[in-house]
Amino acid sequence: MGADAVFHVEGLRKSFGQNEVLGGISLDLFAGEVTVLMGANGAGKSTLVKIVSGVYEHGAGSMRLAGKAFDPQTPAEAIRAGVVTVHQNINDGVVADLDVATNLTLDRLSGKGASLLFKPADVRAEARAVADRMGLAIDLKARVSDLSLADRQMVAIARAMAHRPKVLILDEPTSSLSSAEADRLFSLIDRLRGQGVAILYISHRMSDIRRLADRIVSMRDGVVSGIFDRKPLDYEGAVNAMLGRKIHLDRVVARSSARAVFSAEGLRLAQGSRPISMTLGAGEVVAITGLVGVGKTALAETLFGVRRPLAGTMHMDGKPYAPGSAREAIAAGVFLVAKDRAASGIVGGFNIERNISLPFLKRMSGFGVMRKRAERIAARRQIDELGIVCRSEKDELSALSGGNQQKVMVARWMSQASRLFILDEPFQGVDISARRDIAAKLRASADGRATLVFVTEIDEALETADRILVMSEHTIVGEHRNDDIDLDRLLAEVAGGPLHSAA
Amino acid sequence: MTLRDYAIRYGFIVLLVGLIAYFAVAADGFASPQSAVFIFQSVAITGVLALGVTATLVVGGFDLSIGSVATSAMMAASYAMVVLEQNAIVAVIACLVIGVIVGLINGWLIVYMRVPDLLATLGMMFLLLGLQRIPTEGRSIATGMTMPDGSVANGKFSEAFLALGRHRIDFFVPNLIPVSVVVLVVLALLIWFFLEYTRFGRMMYAVGSNERAAELAGAPVKAYKIWAYVISGVFASIGGILLAARLGRGDIASGNNLLLDAVAAALIGYAVLGAAKPNAFGTAVGAVFVGVLLQGLTMMNAPYYTQDFVKGAVLVVALVFTFALSGRGKR
Repeated sequence: MGADAVFHVEGLRKSFGQNEVLGGISLDLFAGEVTVLMGANGAGKSTLVKIVSGVYEHGAGSMRLAGKAFDPQTPAEAIRAGVVTVHQNINDGVVADLDVATNLTLDRLSGKGASLLFKPADVRAEARAVADRMGLAIDLKARVSDLSLADRQMVAIARAMAHRPKVLILDEPTSSLSSAEADRLFSLIDRLRGQGVAILYISHRMSDIRRLADRIVSMRDGVVSGIFDRKPLDYEGAVNAMLGRKIHLDRVVARSSARAVFSAEGLRLAQGSRPISMTLGAGEVVAITGLVGVGKTALAETLFGVRRPLAGTMHMDGKPYAPGSAREAIAAGVFLVAKDRAASGIVGGFNIERNISLPFLKRMSGFGVMRKRAERIAARRQIDELGIVCRSEKDELSALSGGNQQKVMVARWMSQASRLFILDEPFQGVDISARRDIAAKLRASADGRATLVFVTEIDEALETADRILVMSEHTIVGEHRNDDIDLDRLLAEVAGGPLHSAA
Repeated sequence: MTLRDYAIRYGFIVLLVGLIAYFAVAADGFASPQSAVFIFQSVAITGVLALGVTATLVVGGFDLSIGSVATSAMMAASYAMVVLEQNAIVAVIACLVIGVIVGLINGWLIVYMRVPDLLATLGMMFLLLGLQRIPTEGRSIATGMTMPDGSVANGKFSEAFLALGRHRIDFFVPNLIPVSVVVLVVLALLIWFFLEYTRFGRMMYAVGSNERAAELAGAPVKAYKIWAYVISGVFASIGGILLAARLGRGDIASGNNLLLDAVAAALIGYAVLGAAKPNAFGTAVGAVFVGVLLQGLTMMNAPYYTQDFVKGAVLVVALVFTFALSGRGKR
């Protein structure tokens, strides 16, 4: 079968320093087929895309395009050879201040044989041709910055297609589109499929995948962990292959809780999603798992007061709880270790001590003046408790490893007692030993508060939680006590499909 | 620490000490208390402005309107005393109120109207440059001037007000230290303590470094940003009071260099002790540095037109220290 593939990748490897990100990937793409690539964060999808699109150089292995060796050194070379990538961030693909016509023909303005003068009439005629080929119904004179996200996405794809590529790579193209907008994108993709383009479609959204996929390739930890091309496609198998199942040496002993700390009733996160109701008890650690984009972060932010729910009520210790800001949430004893520590956690100019004390400056000062001794003592205690590897509490965070940086973020919010402790993807970009340390600390200190952990990887949920809730389409679709879990049912819920067997 | 670390940390201080040593040898009379006081006096006003703009730099902003806030305050003080015949206290309060109002408007434009800081304060700068000339139809204000309606303004600057710019306090030598220098030192200590030792200052740095992290840590980010512009506005208006007190008239043509000198001092401050961030101590050293340089050059009979060139060169070198050598520059 590999012989008639348009695009063929064989044994591709890539390392960053000692860290091997791709461990021998082989992949075939066929003309007129949509191949969906699935993989959790850190599985190596983006690295693969960057190699194929000429951003990174690869290690061992080879790539062939239409029978010829393909080894692009720059993105421009990849595009010229016929492999075009539309990246996740829509605005990377278009120039917002120019009109649609110019955007569609942008790549002709530079490079070999480009005319010295900008000829509006020529540009418009050429853009018209491109738009017609794609069935694009957008005013060519409109400025891209005035278009909706979906329309910009269409322009970005049309611009990519102006090169008449053999292979089109779409990296999570629907991540910021509404479902109606996504439908337009899907019909465009159908049209391209009909024209014989080989499409690699990267996504986490099961609804997209069910709608589009001809084949599914699952990746895990830098290798292909499953290829699914027999109809009907085995979606649960694909999710399973992507999330994987390891043997757990350190399974937890599930505890249950009698006393409720937090409860939510009829919480609605998104237009058209089903409401969420849940209760979190004192002393228990609850994990919420689900694929990327199912609303985990939205739920975390709603509980922390950064985002307003569309409907529903919340209670803390029996009293109504409706935080209007992070400040109010913190005052009520609700703490959040936010996702993506670099963007929303770490204060770059501050050392460990100052990063830890950040939310509690008021409690560590008298008449507004910082009590540096109290600050230092708190920092040292946290460094001790979480085993943060550093020279002293005065170290800059940039000097620490990813795992230790994350420990500082967790330490920040554990330095004071909380009622509800929320962690959003606390194990992202964290090595295994730091992950174990954090999980152990969370469980050891869980008494008296409710702890809620949002994770995409099921393994991480199994290692930390007493109870696991599954999210899909902005609501909670399943609940499991973490002993003797029915993993098949859990995976089916993650994949969002109807159950094959009654559980 | 490597040599490079030493260079980043102490380079600018060494340069300053070296400069003073050089001028002390090369220029007659440079190494005297009078000369030192003169240097401080020459940088007092720009120093005060620079301390204010430091507050906005700390929250990741910028304030280009400080120069025109200062001259507006100067004109307002003159107008209050000469035309409206008010006393010194009214004049001072009027100036401070102007500083607060301009700061609030700047903050509102930047935080709520989402105008980029440079553009908002640039607009405010032009607005004030024009506004301060409207009441007198573009004339400078001095006792005995003729008003647009033909009347003569008979008020005059009160002695108490002029003392702010002209009185000298005995300090070992009689009549040594001008009040304006005392004001500079007090304000420098105040803002230094505020930024380094209070939780408000700490949070302002957090806002400037990672706004989202600060917000998720419960900080009212918008309020902090607006406060920074109010501080900047008030400091600039204090600078304007000192300027009016020194000149004794509302001079339409004065204060041209205030903005650039103050910004230069604050940016040079980044390089002091390798801070690589805006800080009050660095700003004060930066202001003194500029003052030493200009005083020294003047005493060595360098032509006046070389001064801007030298200031610019120093600023560029300081910025290279901060951003290239320490490798972590990020405003």
